[in-house]
Amino acid sequence: MKPAPFQYLKARSLEEALAAKAALGDDARFLAGGQSLIPTMNFRMAQPTALVDLNGLTGLAGIAEQPDGTIGIGALARHRDVERSAVIARWQPMLVEAVREVAHPQIRARGTLCGNLAHADPMSELPAVMLALGARLTAQSVSGQRMIAAQDFFRGVFTTALSAEEMLVHVAVPPLQAGTGTCFLELARRKGDYAMAGVAAVVTLDDRRLCRSARLAYCAAGETPVLAEPAAGLLVGAVIDADSAAAVGTAAAEVLAPTGDVQAGADYKRHLAAVLTKRALLAAADRARGA
Amino acid sequence: MTNRHFGAPERRLEDPKLLTGRAVFTDDIVRRDMLFAAFVRSPHAHAAIRAIDTAAAAAHPSTVAVFTAADLGDVLRDVPLVVPPPPIDGLVFNKRTQRALAHGKVRHVGEPVAVVVAHSRYEAEDAAALVTVDYDPLPVAAELEAAAHAEAPQVHDGVAGNVAAIAHQMKGDYDAAAAQAAVVIRRRFTYEHGLAQPLETRGVIAEWDSGQERLSVWASTQAPVSLRGGLADMLGLTESRIHVVAPFVGGGFGSKLLMYYPEEIVIPWVALRLGRAVKWIEDRAEHFVATSQERGQIHDAEIALDANGVILGVRDHFLHDTGAYNPYGLTVPINAQCSVLGPYVIPNYDSRFTAVFTNKPIVAPYRGAGRQHGVFVIERLLDLAARQLGMDVAEIRRRNFIPPEAFPYRNGITFQDFTELTYDSGSYGPILDRLLALVDYDRFRREEQPRLRAQGRHVGIGIVSYIEGTGIGPYEGARVRIESNGRVTVATGVGTQGQSHYTTFAQIVADHLGVPTDAVDVVTGDTDRFHWGVGTFASRGAVVAGNAVNEAAEAVRDRLIAVAAEALGCPAARIVLEDGRAVDRDHPDKTLALGDAARRANPMRGAVTPGTQPGLEETRYFGPDAGTTSSGAHAVIVEVDPETGMVEIKTYVVVHDCGVMINPMVVEGQVRGGVVQGIGNAFYERMVFDAAGQPLNATLADYLIPTAMEAPTITLDHVTTPSRQNRIGIKGVGEAGAIPVGPAFAQAVEDALAPLGPGLEVLDIPLSPDRLWRLVDRAKQQCGARQIDALTMT
Repeated sequence: MKPAPFQYLKARSLEEALAAKAALGDDARFLAGGQSLIPTMNFRMAQPTALVDLNGLTGLAGIAEQPDGTIGIGALARHRDVERSAVIARWQPMLVEAVREVAHPQIRARGTLCGNLAHADPMSELPAVMLALGARLTAQSVSGQRMIAAQDFFRGVFTTALSAEEMLVHVAVPPLQAGTGTCFLELARRKGDYAMAGVAAVVTLDDRRLCRSARLAYCAAGETPVLAEPAAGLLVGAVIDADSAAAVGTAAAEVLAPTGDVQAGADYKRHLAAVLTKRALLAAADRARGA
Repeated sequence: MTNRHFGAPERRLEDPKLLTGRAVFTDDIVRRDMLFAAFVRSPHAHAAIRAIDTAAAAAHPSTVAVFTAADLGDVLRDVPLVVPPPPIDGLVFNKRTQRALAHGKVRHVGEPVAVVVAHSRYEAEDAAALVTVDYDPLPVAAELEAAAHAEAPQVHDGVAGNVAAIAHQMKGDYDAAAAQAAVVIRRRFTYEHGLAQPLETRGVIAEWDSGQERLSVWASTQAPVSLRGGLADMLGLTESRIHVVAPFVGGGFGSKLLMYYPEEIVIPWVALRLGRAVKWIEDRAEHFVATSQERGQIHDAEIALDANGVILGVRDHFLHDTGAYNPYGLTVPINAQCSVLGPYVIPNYDSRFTAVFTNKPIVAPYRGAGRQHGVFVIERLLDLAARQLGMDVAEIRRRNFIPPEAFPYRNGITFQDFTELTYDSGSYGPILDRLLALVDYDRFRREEQPRLRAQGRHVGIGIVSYIEGTGIGPYEGARVRIESNGRVTVATGVGTQGQSHYTTFAQIVADHLGVPTDAVDVVTGDTDRFHWGVGTFASRGAVVAGNAVNEAAEAVRDRLIAVAAEALGCPAARIVLEDGRAVDRDHPDKTLALGDAARRANPMRGAVTPGTQPGLEETRYFGPDAGTTSSGAHAVIVEVDPETGMVEIKTYVVVHDCGVMINPMVVEGQVRGGVVQGIGNAFYERMVFDAAGQPLNATLADYLIPTAMEAPTITLDHVTTPSRQNRIGIKGVGEAGAIPVGPAFAQAVEDALAPLGPGLEVLDIPLSPDRLWRLVDRAKQQCGARQIDALTMT
């Protein structure tokens, strides 16, 4: 369990890091927290020719609220920073709820939100949360910046819309509308394990407490995080109660394609997704009523 | 002698070192010019080796040497059988042990085929990746039941049906008993494969000193003395020319006991061959395929009872998965066979097992070592019988306990230590009574459970009893010496992996010699410090080595008193030992410090006369004629979410009896750790192989062991029934906690889900949420939809 030989470059500036990546291409990887990358290298499943270490860079670790209520999270913001951010707790509590399910405190102290998203593990909680919250991701390379919607970012297992030259430098989470409640729920065998099923629910109620809009996104549900738009759409105009939530759960589960593993069969995972959807929608609606 | 330390819950003397990072483990040891080894391991469960090409690996700039089986010469032979099978009439036993490197064939994934030695582990792995082995894959016998078929692929040529052993033990006449029975329950029980996960994996460092002509080996092992013996055999060296040290060892649980692992032979051989120190540290990926595993058994069992729930007899025919080789003999299946009898009077017993070779890693004891399986079978049978008879689960156990006046109780079958399975003492009824009181069983049944069920919650309780055979021979020894500075040194050969021997052995000695425990230095696991011994396994360290320590300390005490009496000019009867001094009871101002007594026993003139020896030092050996039998009962209350299959442990209570306790805090630590391991066994740990013998979950992300967050609060109490097998009345406790958790958990889950109908039975362990959901689903179908809808709406 030692990595294959690789070259190590400690970047002194963002420009230098991007230039190195442009020169080295796909075979080079950025090193932020390393909590997913290093284990896969130790198993020799990943054998990058070079690591470009970002940890010496300044100015990328910030979490900031913008005037329109959007929350910006920089490339080197650790999970622990997200978990402990007062701004995020105040305006995007689901992100805190979800990040607490990411592994263990030691791993969260080092791993980064952007690194997690760029790794694009469909088992991970955070890509699903970004889909549910409609986040916008900023990619940067030597040729400049571009914005990618979360919905367009995740392309497959460990595959994103980033080009070989690009770094995910920033994530912007737009503010929730008034009357919105959110809830992230997952079931894992043990605390900190990858979930057997997980759902991020965002529910906005109107003045009559009927559902104005709903978004549901799932981890552990296929090759990418899955946004279940048609199922969530069933709720629009409806009262969110045990029956309607259960019906949406059943509908949503039908479009999911979880992979069975030694812990849990695909049918069981799909069943769990339906149960969690019901529970998350009810909790999110409760919170929306209190909002 | 007053017991100031023996029996007290004293803090562990080894902890300051461990907690401040000063404890030296195998990987901490660095030798001059040390090289590093990496093994090339089989990716196939079964294949012929056509050719091995090491040229590219040898050409790697960092490579020092590459070796395969062809290089091993005389060392390439089957390793000795560690534990021969016990003498059982009609026994079939086919010995097939592993070799230092695979030759001709590989028989499980992970079997070592070549070793690469380089200047760092990183480079050794780079070079190992360059070794190409031309394999010809062979049909695989992976699944236990399939491997047992007569026409299954043969793991070893000429062993039809992969029969490693067949053992049939009987007493009475089960068929006649069953013919009289009011109730006969018959089920199939499956206990799945698993393996120990010590925090520290295995590791070996070896160094040849050509000046002294001695081989030094540092190994993370449970049995350094036995390892020395095996190395002497395999390498053709005099035992005294081999020095084996087990430094601090980060847990073993049996997995560091399969004496003569290939790496334990290859690394010393390489060190001899190269004349350089060589280090190999097992990584976690290797651990999953290179270290012994356990647990896999399938039992077809039945129990016959009269209408009052009294057991008339038990029949159990089972398959035991022994993996690709069987160096550890029959310890695990014999333990399972004996453990079915439990704390109960079972007049008629018919038990037959077939141990089966499979293309999987070697099976050897893992904490519990077969006892879990036997306990699971008998406890589950009793639960099902109680259900059928409409009887309380505690009551059916009480009606079958061996009564206190029946000890020593002879079971009429042979145990793993070759003696008749005999229980020295026990208090099974009082243990259960105490347990039921602590968990407030009657109130739970009468008030708590009905109240929670009315709220739609699924809460249930499990109550199980068990015994644990502990403290078996053959022997251990100890040497106790009073040093010239007044400190006391205790040396023994058992080895220690976290069992607190540094503390408990010091407690035994301290009272005898009137010194504080921190004046006692315990040395274990160094063959140069104590030559004789066997090893730490089978919950035997405290009992067997502890009694040797006790007897050696008593003997030193006698000599100390004689020296002091002479020095102080008083009769020996007046000498009192306290605060590190010998005192004349009648003249408290007349004292002799222990260090001075030691010097007096070793003067420069006239020290040794015929029939005497210098110093205050004695060595004693303790070899019990049979083991000690610990016992206990566990209660668990769980809440099940029938929608998801998730289970939460609400309450866990243990009442345990390991005889007289040297240190209750150490006992409690052993039991608590065992319970958490048992929870792993019951709900998490499951090593899965596919039909090709490939492990499917060989990482700690996929092989689930419970963490602190899955560990419940455990309430613990003791009943003390002294052992009749040794003078200090102690019994073993190492494995107890882990043994009965599976059936307790299964019973509690069934009880929680009883409102779903009578069809839900937990017969396979470990359970998982997925499995439980499927069981609930099946029960629903059996019970009819309407009834269930009412239940799950809540």
